[in-house]
Amino acid sequence: MTPFETRNKSRELKEKLIKFLLITASVISILTTFGILFSILFEAIEFFQLRSFWYFISGTEWSPGIVNSKFGAVPIFAGTFIITFIAMAVSIPIGLGSAIYMSEYASGKVRNALKPLLEILAGIPTVVYGFFAAITIAPLIVKVAAYFGLEASFNSALASGVVMGIMIIPVIASLSDDVIRAVPDSQRKASLGLGLTHGETIRNIVLPSAMPGIISATLLGLSKALGETMIVVMAAGLRPNLSINPLEDMTTVTVRIVDALVGDQAFDSPATLSAFALGLILFVVTLVLNIVSLTMIKKFKEKYKVNTL
Amino acid sequence: MIIRRKNKNKEENPFYDPTLNKRHRSSRRFKAFALGSLVFSIVFLAFFLTDIVTKGLPAFKQAYLHIDVTFNEASIKDSRQAIDKKYRKIVSRAWLRNVPRLVEENPTLMNKTMTMWVLADDQVDQYLKNHYYKLNRKDRALVDDLKAYGQAELKFNKIFFTNGDSKIPEYAGLKSAIVGSILTLIITMLVAFPIGVMTAIYLEEFAEDNKFTQIIEVNINNLAAIPSILFGLLGLAIFINLFGLPRSSPLVGGLTLALMTLPIIIVSSRAALRSVPDSIRQAGYGLGLTKIQVTKDHVLPLAFPGIMTGSIIGLAQAMGETAPLIIVGMIAFIPDAPTMVTEAATVMPAQIFTWAGMPERMYIEKTAAGIIVLLSVLISLNTLAIYLRKKFEVKW
Repeated sequence: MTPFETRNKSRELKEKLIKFLLITASVISILTTFGILFSILFEAIEFFQLRSFWYFISGTEWSPGIVNSKFGAVPIFAGTFIITFIAMAVSIPIGLGSAIYMSEYASGKVRNALKPLLEILAGIPTVVYGFFAAITIAPLIVKVAAYFGLEASFNSALASGVVMGIMIIPVIASLSDDVIRAVPDSQRKASLGLGLTHGETIRNIVLPSAMPGIISATLLGLSKALGETMIVVMAAGLRPNLSINPLEDMTTVTVRIVDALVGDQAFDSPATLSAFALGLILFVVTLVLNIVSLTMIKKFKEKYKVNTL
Repeated sequence: MIIRRKNKNKEENPFYDPTLNKRHRSSRRFKAFALGSLVFSIVFLAFFLTDIVTKGLPAFKQAYLHIDVTFNEASIKDSRQAIDKKYRKIVSRAWLRNVPRLVEENPTLMNKTMTMWVLADDQVDQYLKNHYYKLNRKDRALVDDLKAYGQAELKFNKIFFTNGDSKIPEYAGLKSAIVGSILTLIITMLVAFPIGVMTAIYLEEFAEDNKFTQIIEVNINNLAAIPSILFGLLGLAIFINLFGLPRSSPLVGGLTLALMTLPIIIVSSRAALRSVPDSIRQAGYGLGLTKIQVTKDHVLPLAFPGIMTGSIIGLAQAMGETAPLIIVGMIAFIPDAPTMVTEAATVMPAQIFTWAGMPERMYIEKTAAGIIVLLSVLISLNTLAIYLRKKFEVKW
């Protein structure tokens, strides 16, 4: 063998090793998702061996005490649903409105100044939002409610829902802004040429075209709201409460997970394991939302041949 | 553009549309709604920041009293003896515990009486700041007296940065949480950065478009949208229960956050690698370099600023994360800063969470002050990321 060949051989070996390392790194990212799934799944199965699965998803009483513990998660799901609903009622109109203004009305300069400002909202840690909801917004709501002769709890679902909604605004605004801008200008010009006003063009032509992307953004916001923890832990309360009055305190899936795992219970007690059962539900729901959202945005990209979203 | 016509032309104008005014009004309403929602977000941001800053700023000052402290045998044995009886209720209990240490550090103090600035009780502090307080009338008069002679003052709160957590509000500081945060983020970056960048390189430069890479792609996108609390469950089940790593430690917290940060680093690194033009690669091949040489020596250096930008953004996000860390036990009460990644520690957001749940009034301003510190760090990190992006931005 010539020296040149030997050098080549060792180089080939080295490069094979590097490539192997690169593949290993990629595999770790897959393993994480499966790691989450299996670690939650196994503990959840252990829980369902101790407690009935049907009572878990249909029972209306949640009392994870030591004696006579009951794990009916319906009030928890209901609380999650109502707080998420309030959050979406705040974030969809405001997020979409902001996106429409930034992409359709604002000049490039204004847009470049506003977008980072909006993104600051997304960068604020959720624990900070939680503190703000508990210390500033909740007492405010109690005062306003008292003014109208209503009684609001200091842990009202409304306070955490509204603040959570504000947290999600940039998620919806940023993605919607991208998809609205991706709608080809020829469509707008055709519509304006036919004599529609700017507002009508946006409502009847641009928004329907961008709809798959907007729905995808909304679903992403929804899965963020469902999984949001710190705001509800600090502002929403612990009591499973089957009610639709947003001024009352309610609890959510994430609050119960945190509550079950903070403190020194035995790790194999049903109270602790119930956190994993709730986590499993949360994982499945958010995974489905993510997949639907990803598929819709992919379809949108294919339709308009956008490759920068 | 609205074309205004004189009304008298109505009948002659063949394009006249009686609903036009209404339609324009509706168009303007729509624009107002869009602008309104944007303004709402900005106003909220302004309100939020003002609220936190006004709540937090007082915590950077703390009440001190200028009074006599006696150092002798009795005051070392029972440090409350060091000060006059009438001041005992308005001086910080935590500060008094330091009296024996002061003598140990400086033996010449023994059997002397010194007039010095002594940390005041939290109620005195709140009284001087005109907040809610629970001082009785006698102590209030005493503090008023001291204040009139310039012996009670608000001074810069050094304790906030040099002390760890404490159950005594005026003695609680952020130091152990800051150290815990740094240790945790070191672990996070040590794990997430190499794995993330390597995955990005593999996907962008080497992988063919097949089922395997598609699975990785979908996975990474999903990983980015999984609720953070589920990463906490993963950390608890795998790192703590399966591998037996120490609970509450920066090691476990850092590993958990690393898995969360991974998708952010991968996605931004891929975008940075993709923006390097193919002509660079082809030039390398033309000179007879192998794929790995081209990637290592030519593509990677060009993509590096972009990779750094993404990693800093990922780091900032990991820094503000709380939920998964609570699940792996990082909300323990930590008065002393950890020195090892396997010791129990807490991080800044978790410290903020703990303080927010404390009953004493003073912790509200401590919490807000902690938030100011955390937000300043996060904003600096994000500014650095934007600066890097702007500075190294290349238009090919």
